[in-house]
Amino acid sequence: MTLLQHRPPAGASEHPEHVEHHDEPTFVVKWLTSTDHKVIGINYMVTALVMFYLSGFMALLLRVQLSSPSGIGMSLQTYNELFTMHGSLMLYLFAGPFAFGGLANYIVPMQVGAPDMAFPRLNAFSYWLYLTGSITMLLGFLTSTGAAAFGWVAYAPLSTSAYSPGPGADLWIISLFLTGFSAVFTGVNLVATIFYLRAPGMTMWRLPIFTWNMLVTALLILIAFPVLTAAMVFLWTDRHLGTHIYSVAGGGVPVLYQNLFWFFGHPEVYILALPYFGVATEIIPVFSRKPVFGYKGLVFATISIAALSTGVWAHHMFTTGTVLLPFFSLLSLLIAVPTGVKFFNWIGTMWRGQISFKTPMLFCVGFLLAFLMGGLTGVMLASPPIDFATHDTYFVVAHFHQVLFGTTVFAGFAGLYFWYPKMFGRMLHDGLGKAHFWTMFVGFWLTYLPQYVLGLHGMPRRVATYPPGLGWASLNMASTVGAFMIGLSFLIMLVNLWVSWRNPVPAGDNPWDGHGLEWFASSPPVHHNFEKLPPIRSERPTWDYNHPDARTIAHGHGAADRELVGAGARGASGTGDSTTDA
Amino acid sequence: MPQGRSQAHDVAHRTRRRRRLAAVGAASLPLLLGGCQLPTFYGYRGQTSQAHDEFLLYAGTVIAAIVVGVITGGLILWSVVRYRRRSDAMPRQFQYHIPLEIFYTAVPIVIVLVLFGFTVFTENKVDNVSPTPAVAVKVTAFQWGWRFDYTNQRVFVQGVRTDNPDPVGLNGSTCTASAPTPNDCLGPGLVLPVGQTVRITLVSNDVVHGFYVPQFNFSRYALPGVTNRFDFNVARPGIYRAQCTQLCGLYHAQMFFHVVALPPAQFDAWVTGSQPQPDQGTVAQPAVGTGGTSGAPASATLPTGATGAAASPSSAAGGASSGGAPTGPAGTAPTASSPARTTPPAGSAGAARTTPSTASTAP
Ligand code: HEM
Ligand SMILES: [Cu+2]
Ligand SMILES: [Cu+2]
Repeated sequence: MTLLQHRPPAGASEHPEHVEHHDEPTFVVKWLTSTDHKVIGINYMVTALVMFYLSGFMALLLRVQLSSPSGIGMSLQTYNELFTMHGSLMLYLFAGPFAFGGLANYIVPMQVGAPDMAFPRLNAFSYWLYLTGSITMLLGFLTSTGAAAFGWVAYAPLSTSAYSPGPGADLWIISLFLTGFSAVFTGVNLVATIFYLRAPGMTMWRLPIFTWNMLVTALLILIAFPVLTAAMVFLWTDRHLGTHIYSVAGGGVPVLYQNLFWFFGHPEVYILALPYFGVATEIIPVFSRKPVFGYKGLVFATISIAALSTGVWAHHMFTTGTVLLPFFSLLSLLIAVPTGVKFFNWIGTMWRGQISFKTPMLFCVGFLLAFLMGGLTGVMLASPPIDFATHDTYFVVAHFHQVLFGTTVFAGFAGLYFWYPKMFGRMLHDGLGKAHFWTMFVGFWLTYLPQYVLGLHGMPRRVATYPPGLGWASLNMASTVGAFMIGLSFLIMLVNLWVSWRNPVPAGDNPWDGHGLEWFASSPPVHHNFEKLPPIRSERPTWDYNHPDARTIAHGHGAADRELVGAGARGASGTGDSTTDA
Repeated sequence: MPQGRSQAHDVAHRTRRRRRLAAVGAASLPLLLGGCQLPTFYGYRGQTSQAHDEFLLYAGTVIAAIVVGVITGGLILWSVVRYRRRSDAMPRQFQYHIPLEIFYTAVPIVIVLVLFGFTVFTENKVDNVSPTPAVAVKVTAFQWGWRFDYTNQRVFVQGVRTDNPDPVGLNGSTCTASAPTPNDCLGPGLVLPVGQTVRITLVSNDVVHGFYVPQFNFSRYALPGVTNRFDFNVARPGIYRAQCTQLCGLYHAQMFFHVVALPPAQFDAWVTGSQPQPDQGTVAQPAVGTGGTSGAPASATLPTGATGAAASPSSAAGGASSGGAPTGPAGTAPTASSPARTTPPAGSAGAARTTPSTASTAP
């Protein structure tokens, strides 16, 4: 913990000479060797974005194949490989690492006022495991039997050696070992950082919501990923050492795989979602110029989502006929409650605000609408009879894309637009950002709404061809057109990045009038982040510092709250001493 | 700041209105569930009694979801439009409103509990298995086809992928002539009587498959090592497209079957007299076009399944004693050419169908 000593005391602006002078290596060497959380965070984000673009490209190929009943003649094997790799890249190599390896790595230490993560070298090791794991998975395409082709869930016995021989499947399994350990190490690092490296004054009830969500996510990672790793170990030993854990012939139980996988898999859904909820909860208040509404309720909602999420895995197995339907149905339905609470937190934050629709905020509105519909159809799927009718059809594909795309893409790229100025000290072009948003927004709904209808008409997922004459072709074509609009929107983003690289517009330290400590640092931040810290008296210290007259009023109701700004805060909100300084 | 007070009042007012709306929605749900004239919301009304129960739950839930979605989405859009930045005035920095927070936590709890009640009610009806089914069919899924054993009548139908080995249709016609579209007839036909309780016993020979009949609003996994049982009471004669929904390997996309629901008399005629009952395995057909054109590594001459063959007397009732040998050719055909596998699972049909646990994955 020597790092702690580098941190200047809060408000110690009188000691500018404290700035360290490292012999910073440059460019490539820097990226390769750094243990700085900001460098590692950017490494993570760049790698995850490469995975995102690769996977998106595969998705477009899939959509081209599906645009007509017999498609463009893609072989069944290729199609199966492509959707497997598309799903795996998106979930294992983009959505998760982008959140907890990229955004969280960069932002969490800054939000808690720390100079780095708790274990900087472990952090670097996580990244290298992740990079190696990603390459390992992709190498499957180079083998003679092709990449893994058993879906991102790899159900046994399809994934055992009898049905999926060939190294592509093994590479896939090993990739999950590597990235799984990487995630666990990052989880440990985040928990330690949040518990032990908070700046003086940064109590738990003053943590920004993004950091809170990352804490809960990290705990979920520690619960869920080891189970996945175990499931993969069993699968690997079944494949290579002749154990029969998942094979009926040897006295094993294939459905055990599904239980283990989804015991990881459902928490994983929230491991992917919670960070992005956190991103949205950072952005909406800033652009509404208000504190987040119902801060504590929001934290409790997050914690209860995490707790419930460990008890709902079998809602992915309703149609196996092997699970206790009412129990898993009830818990799955209940998880909608804290999720609904979050919606009202977001709405309450915008309520009577002064909302400016810069690109990040637009993306957040897109997230709210996408996630609303994805969430409502999710509630429907939590009801087993409805799941019986729609399981493994395009209804489910539409549902989980609305949820995952809503969170990881709408909210995720909101975060990118939001924090990019902090990371690189330059702005992204707002007009191009808005063009990105609107193309993607229209494309998104055009892609996924028809898929609900297709699913209800009985089109199964993971099929490369479908019979003509059933009225599915035009809906699929619409979906494909939408997908290409999404593709186009991401080209616009590339242009935007390029423009900002070639013609930098300086961002300044706090371009959005931000709330968290990260906006108190310079853009990009100096080596150990802060030369000085403002007093921390609420979850938005930078705002308090810049707007001493606009402190949070704890209660939005009742008679006595208006003139006595801050007095009502005592007790209820943990900002008890907000009137005592500045 | 009297302004603030009236604003808070305003919020409370809207909240009340929302509550009233939600109450109306909740109250009308059971009412709507009673009637059959609900819009379909793109779903199927259902061709079995179980499917119809599911449909009522589905439609009611969609209505509730629309109510919730319109209210929440409306609030989002309202905030977005109404509170867009118009000036540099500092908004009021309020953060908590405990009564409102309790309200928006409690209401969703009530909503999901109501939905849970309807769910359990419907689920019990859909999953109910009768002690005295009129017809029992054992369905065996394998890579990549289906086998339907009428265990009491000693008849079976087996076919792989897109071929249509038993093209029985409605009213003595062929399947393609009497189905809504010819593509509703892909794959082997599961012939069922209308108006009687049919017991399906579902097993898998190799990997996980999904038994899914869209118009029955029902799917269930065929899991190796697990025997699933469920009932259908088909309401109307018809031909209903069906397909495997759980990824099961290369030809998953082509693992079709279809249900032919016949009036009881026609069903009895089909199941007893009208079917040729050759020895198993004597009818093996040449490949279906789609197999070769898929571009997959498989050969174009994939042999396909037995057509409308019945078990010989000695292999009665699921072929416990003698299934293996006679069904060999038909049964092993689909696996022999499976390209992505080194070891075909042993005897896909005969022996396997009674003892699925020993059939698969012996390397
Ligand atoms: C660029 C926009 C996207 C398009 C056009 C797209 C399209 C597709 C298509 C066509 C499939 C295959 C469906 C099937 O055959 O069953 C698929 C599957 C999938 N997608 Fe996407 N997708 C997109 C974005 C995403 C994102 C952002 C995520 C998650 C973060 C995601 C996660 C998945 C998963 C998990 C699967 C399932 C794979 C499997 O069945 O094993 N997709 N997507
Ligand atoms: Cu889940
Ligand atoms: Cu299948």
